[in-house]
Amino acid sequence: MSGGADTRAGGTRSEGAQGAGPQGGGARSGSAAPPLLEVRDLRKHFPVRGGILNRTVAWVKAVDDVDLHVRPGEVLGIVGESGCGKSTTARLLMHLIRADAGRVTFDGALVQADDAAGLREVRRQMQMVFQDSYSSLNPRLPIEETIMFGPKVHGVSAGAARERARELFTLVGLDPAQFIRRYPHELSGGQRQRVNIARALALEPRLLILDEAVSALDKSVEAQVLNLLLALRRELGLTYVFISHDLNVVQYMSDRVLVMYLGKVVEIGPTADIYERMQHPYTEALLSAMPSMDPDRRTERPPLTGDPPNPINPPPGCRFHTRCRFADDVCRRAEPRLAPVQGAGGGTGGDGRGGRDGGNDRNGGNGRNDTGGSHLVACHMRAVGSGHGLAPG
Amino acid sequence: MHNPAHAGTARSPLVRAEDVTVRFESRDATVQAVNSVSFTLDPGEVLCILGESGSGKSVTLRALMRLLPPRRSFLTGRIEIGGRDVLAMSERALADLRGTEVGMIFQEPMVAFDPVYSVGRQITETIVRHEGVGRPEATRRALDLLERVRIPSPARRLRAYPHELSGGMRQRAMIALALSCRPSLLLADEPTTALDATVQIQILLLLRELQRELGMAVIFVTHDVGVAVEIADRIAVMYGGRFVETGPVGQIMRDPRHPYTRGLLTSTVHGSLRGTLLEAIPGSPPDMTRLPPGCAFAPRCRYAEPRCEAPPPAVDLSPRHMVRCVRAA
Ligand SMILES: Nc1ncnc2c1ncn2[C@@H]1O[C@H](COP(=O)(O)OP(=O)(O)O)[C@@H](O)[C@H]1O
Ligand SMILES: Nc1ncnc2c1ncn2[C@@H]1O[C@H](COP(=O)(O)OP(=O)(O)O)[C@@H](O)[C@H]1O
Ligand code: SF4
Ligand SMILES: [Mg+2]
Ligand SMILES: [Mg+2]
Repeated sequence: MSGGADTRAGGTRSEGAQGAGPQGGGARSGSAAPPLLEVRDLRKHFPVRGGILNRTVAWVKAVDDVDLHVRPGEVLGIVGESGCGKSTTARLLMHLIRADAGRVTFDGALVQADDAAGLREVRRQMQMVFQDSYSSLNPRLPIEETIMFGPKVHGVSAGAARERARELFTLVGLDPAQFIRRYPHELSGGQRQRVNIARALALEPRLLILDEAVSALDKSVEAQVLNLLLALRRELGLTYVFISHDLNVVQYMSDRVLVMYLGKVVEIGPTADIYERMQHPYTEALLSAMPSMDPDRRTERPPLTGDPPNPINPPPGCRFHTRCRFADDVCRRAEPRLAPVQGAGGGTGGDGRGGRDGGNDRNGGNGRNDTGGSHLVACHMRAVGSGHGLAPG
Repeated sequence: MHNPAHAGTARSPLVRAEDVTVRFESRDATVQAVNSVSFTLDPGEVLCILGESGSGKSVTLRALMRLLPPRRSFLTGRIEIGGRDVLAMSERALADLRGTEVGMIFQEPMVAFDPVYSVGRQITETIVRHEGVGRPEATRRALDLLERVRIPSPARRLRAYPHELSGGMRQRAMIALALSCRPSLLLADEPTTALDATVQIQILLLLRELQRELGMAVIFVTHDVGVAVEIADRIAVMYGGRFVETGPVGQIMRDPRHPYTRGLLTSTVHGSLRGTLLEAIPGSPPDMTRLPPGCAFAPRCRYAEPRCEAPPPAVDLSPRHMVRCVRAA
């Protein structure tokens, strides 16, 4: 790993104007807004125990030196197949589990794992909604009580908390008169997910982490909840980290998209760059694995063969090299770092991150900041400064 | 009826289902899981049953094989497979049909395998039992099957136990098991739903290829429009235990006529909808213990009118395109 990772922290951060969000994003802040949430070198390795002594025999590198940032008012999508580290990333951002390494900055202030008061405040401002709509609702309490719980813990009176619960029900499209006294099992999946969103909003957070929040819903209901999420973002000026394995839904929801593979960020950039000008061979494969919606243009060949490798002891070098049709010697030896895309003009100016890759500072500043963020890829063949060239297409 | 695909041969359908109805009874409720489903399936044809969770897809599929819990379920109607009356069959004849004429695959491959025997042994046993060939011949065929479903190092995989295989490999092994007796009909219940995108597409293309090579008919259950488009010749859209629309895949995608089919397609998110409000269907899917007597979709349908309170007729827009909606009449 590069020791100079942080040398440019605090360097140029001339954010481009926010890309127009799906619904226009009226609540966006100014163009130079610093990130609301920023993460550097985030790492979580889980021990795998075995043998008669139950000793650690291997490690799952669930999240391995991940960098990301989320600007106020934007939706950052995170995609990748199961086990690539999406939920672990989410739990690390929420400080639900302890990171092995990394720095998390929220609203400009470093979050310290041993500062209880600071953590509590960050957890109030950042809330999470999970896939399993039952998991965060107490089955023995009417849902109203569940919603009131957070505000009461934070010192709101019972009367005011009840009032707040009614407001929240209305906000998420549930008629309070009809729903507040119900128990979780008396709701449909979509209604339960609305309640979970209401619960997450109870303490007026600024950022929601939505981890597969619509994945268990039927399509017709999923569409309702996606509409609701975009309306809430507009009305309340919320920021989302939107995690899903569904590439269609992420494309619909996100301003920028981060693609993960075996604990690593392989590509990140504005949604249109990722979906129309994807650079990483894995992103390309993932996108062409999406079923066609046109019966006259069915998929002819699968983009990849075989299953994803075991996340225990992932392949050395580029973790994707075992499945990559472009892989050569350097891919098997050296781990590629996130760097600007070759010839895309994405520049390094977008978020000041390009400098991580030591030698490419020259490439900075060739405009195109209007894309709303730079397009970075971790691939020896596709990133600036790799010394390789790969003819596109 | 003139069917250009089979012009001249006038083959009889492989499957004929008429008014198939399934109820589950318990002390406090009756679940109307499948309500008067009728369809035919030609040899070598792929029919996808598409619908949301709880709409009756799995129960329909299981009913075809009479795989329903015996005392609590009530199955009526008529089911013919290969000209034989399934509801009149003895348990023994049925078991025979399941092993030879009809193969089955599921979302969860562990359902199909016995965890205590190796994959090879289970495939070999099935071949010996149903085809009466010797063990060496059966082993040779098992190896051949694993190769066909593209399991790498098949000889080694034959000795593996089901839990030793990765998700995608297990799914392939289950397909090999289902195909071991060269069935003329494959019943597939969401076999790719639990798989990651890059593995799902491999399995779908593999199934499509095997289906073509073996000339097998397939009934494939899914909740995913994209999956249906990749695999189906014909789609049956299911809602509230009914087939509300059936037609060739191109027709269903380009010219859906049932308001539910339209809603399902407009609320299925894809990239080009970015920046637009999704046209979602209001409300939630019906409670199958309290289905309305008329159209089950009426409470969510923006075109509902008084006529919808009676069971809507099945309207044939063309010999291959049926819609169950009063507005189509
Ligand atoms: N508590 C844990 N203990 C051990 N391994 C874990 C734990 N949580 C997650 N993992 C492993 O870490 C990897 C990443 O998991 P996860 O973040 O849940 O992936 P995703 O959400 O992308 O599916 C997986 O291999 C998973 O098995
Ligand atoms: N063994 C059973 N006993 C009672 N109800 C059942 C049983 N199996 C399925 N059902 C009910 O029948 C309806 C249809 O189920 P199913 O066919 O499994 O739906 P899906 O379309 O999701 O496959 C649902 O309401 C389900 O709860
Ligand atoms: S670094 Fe090499 S192996 Fe990895 S994605 Fe790029 S070309 Fe493929
Ligand atoms: Mg997850
Ligand atoms: Mg089912």
